[in-house]
Amino acid sequence: MLALVRYTFALRPVWAVLLALLVGSGLILLAGVSPFAAYGELFKGAFLDYWGLAGTLVKTSPILLAGLAVILPLRAGLLNIGAEGQIYMGALFSAMAALLLPEMHPAIHIPVCILAGALGGGLWGLIPGYLKAYHGMNEVILTLLLNFIAINIVSYVAGGPMMQAGAPYPYSEEISQDLWLPWILPSTDAHAGVIFGVLLALIMFLVLRYSTVGFALDTIGKNATAARYAGIPVKRYVVGVMFAAGALGGLAGTFEVLGLKYRLYHHFSPGYGFDGIVVAFLATVNPLLAPLAAFFLAGLKAGALVMQRAVGLESTVIEAIKGLVIIFVAASLGLRYDAQKWAARLMRRRKRLDDELGDTFQARTRGEGR
Amino acid sequence: MSDTALLLRGISKLFGTFRALDHVDIEIKRGTVHAVLGENGAGKTTLMNVLFGLYQPDEGEISLNGTVRAIPSPKQAMEMGIGMIHQHFMLVDTLTVAENVALGLPGQGATLKLQAITDRLTELSDEYGFDIDPHEEVWKLPIGMRQRVEILKVLFRDADIIILDEPTSVLAPNEISSFLDGLARLRDAGKTVIFITHKLDEVEAVADTVTIMRHGHVCAEVEVAKSDAREMARLMVGREVVHDRMDRGSASPGAVIFEARDLRVRDQRGIEALRGVSIDVRAGEVLGIAGVDGNGQAELANVVAGLLTPDSGRVLIDGEDVTASSVDDRRHKYALSYVPEDRHHTGLVLDFTIAQNAMLRDFNVPPFSKNGLVNTSHVRDVAQDWVERYDVRMRSIDQTVRFLSGGNQQKLIFAREVECDPRVFVVMQPCKGLDVGAIEAVQRTVMSQRAAGKAILYISTELEHIMTVADRIAVMCAGEITGILTPDEATDERIGTLMGGHAEEGAAAC
Repeated sequence: MLALVRYTFALRPVWAVLLALLVGSGLILLAGVSPFAAYGELFKGAFLDYWGLAGTLVKTSPILLAGLAVILPLRAGLLNIGAEGQIYMGALFSAMAALLLPEMHPAIHIPVCILAGALGGGLWGLIPGYLKAYHGMNEVILTLLLNFIAINIVSYVAGGPMMQAGAPYPYSEEISQDLWLPWILPSTDAHAGVIFGVLLALIMFLVLRYSTVGFALDTIGKNATAARYAGIPVKRYVVGVMFAAGALGGLAGTFEVLGLKYRLYHHFSPGYGFDGIVVAFLATVNPLLAPLAAFFLAGLKAGALVMQRAVGLESTVIEAIKGLVIIFVAASLGLRYDAQKWAARLMRRRKRLDDELGDTFQARTRGEGR
Repeated sequence: MSDTALLLRGISKLFGTFRALDHVDIEIKRGTVHAVLGENGAGKTTLMNVLFGLYQPDEGEISLNGTVRAIPSPKQAMEMGIGMIHQHFMLVDTLTVAENVALGLPGQGATLKLQAITDRLTELSDEYGFDIDPHEEVWKLPIGMRQRVEILKVLFRDADIIILDEPTSVLAPNEISSFLDGLARLRDAGKTVIFITHKLDEVEAVADTVTIMRHGHVCAEVEVAKSDAREMARLMVGREVVHDRMDRGSASPGAVIFEARDLRVRDQRGIEALRGVSIDVRAGEVLGIAGVDGNGQAELANVVAGLLTPDSGRVLIDGEDVTASSVDDRRHKYALSYVPEDRHHTGLVLDFTIAQNAMLRDFNVPPFSKNGLVNTSHVRDVAQDWVERYDVRMRSIDQTVRFLSGGNQQKLIFAREVECDPRVFVVMQPCKGLDVGAIEAVQRTVMSQRAAGKAILYISTELEHIMTVADRIAVMCAGEITGILTPDEATDERIGTLMGGHAEEGAAAC
């Protein structure tokens, strides 16, 4: 019985999502549409249809990587709000590596582009990491503000030095077709970025679970004083983990360039970095659950478009439902599983049952004893 | 009406089975400054919380102005004319002094009569020479002035009995004397002041009567005028128990392993917490560091462990200078182990399991991990072995340590810090809050480490414990070692003199 309660608790983000969709159906009703039809279209459009699924996978790639960029530092108690900026810097560096480096074999050039993107995002994580560790500044504010700087740097570069001559809109030259990432679903946009994301999630899970680095990060996250006492170089870990997180965010931007857009656009990310924060919480800071959470969130985004077209629902309703999902999940994570309290509660219930049954039971056994 | 403001008879307070207060009798006369002196954990704060209605006593009775009264809550305490000033101020920084006083003031209607409050505050401030501008915002005031605001708050509520919990611990040295003058003015105005402290010079300076507490008992009540700092120090640390010293085996100290040379360090307030401390510890020797809490012991321990960088001076292990070494190097290259004072926030990660806490010190080195991977099954085997050998009572090694008792938590820390076979072993206040059985277990472990030839630094404010385990006793006061004695030389008198020595010299920085 206690185990059942525990599993119910472990799945609380799922219940929260269901509850949010339920409340959302009220909003849909208010808009004069049948919730069944609307949700039906949403899920069909996001997951059941070949093209829809491809669209979901395209969005899963950056959302998943951004989610990992939030999860990793969160394990050490650092909140990285800057995945958006890291995505932009990753895209900038990888686009520069693709367009400005001398021609080389794709087998070398693609990894170089990917590493450059990781480096770009990494540097954008390193700055707040350093300032946090050695100057005690607040990483939330730093990462948040660095987003705007990164977005505007990309706008400047895509609309200035790297802008394609005669382009109607700030974007760069197209990268060589040799550098395009392979597709995973034929004749769709779904590219290999999502495979990288899932692999990285798996690696991250293993590292956090089994390595000394993972143990050190968890120690820092749970009690930084004890971590220092245990001889863990806390400052270096803070810098390192923020660099790694930035690199993950950078990869999200990299794969957008190499897998989908093939150019550096200004304002190319519709807030994937912030979706990453939602993924981190949906996945309860567990990298193994991040792909699922990202896939779900991407599906919601992709399906929303379909739903809007099919049943004529205002897009604002979809935005409201997304907001509900976030609020409900965040609230559900506030509920803590208290084994002792539940054990006591179950015990009391059992005792009450025993008391009620007990009288007759004991009377009978006593009677037999005589 | 009698001149007794407060009379406590047989007050006891239990937390679980722990007697924080054990049949306490105190008589506090009207219009006096009454100090309550004692070490940390002696029960002073518990006693004051009973007086202020935060705790209900399990036994005994309190008489206020000659009638027996129950004090059910702080609100009622205030109505009875008892005001308390906590160690940490309860002020809203962004509000003005007058607004802070108005906050939560009983009897206010829907409108805020700030002008009336301001007028009366100005009056009170003048009367007691507090020099407070009611319009000033609190964050602009220095700490000493904020404390006056707290006092004004209780005066404003017509308190006759004012309780101050460790009021000088937050003050800079130059603020202390004007604070003590303020107390004297309160007394002269007919208020009764109860003042909790562990600083002897303050008691001498301002108190009329002092109650000295130890382990929840009142061990003496003294007229300050008829006593001196030396006697009070002796009473404060005094030994009621004639301890049979542990079976220590023969002392056979070897070569000097640990040395500290002329360590100096400043604390956050810029006051020198260590003023040239030099000590050395030999193999197979326990050096006890005694002293009243807050005289630099915590800083010394942290400097030795590498958590605090000294401003000058050196730390040597086996003759090698480790002053610049990281915590990790000290632990693994020079084999230093450290049991910190605060087991909840430093020694353990409360949300980790027993097994995870067991590997906290050495998770980074074999056999706990290899090539960066934690050997989980080995960790579990080791943790299981330790909890059995060190008698850590628990349900499972996968239980979080948050739910272990203090004694069991400390046993786990000792297992971890001892089983790694250290050369230098630093323990800080290891028996704080433990019951008798756990204390004995801790001391036995220290003695076995001594027999194994470790250099042990045993820092404690509990003189009895130090006497039990130490081969030599260094006494600290005001960031200096005032003397080093052997247990045989260490009479109460001599230790008291060394611990309270500063009071005789009249230095104010302690």
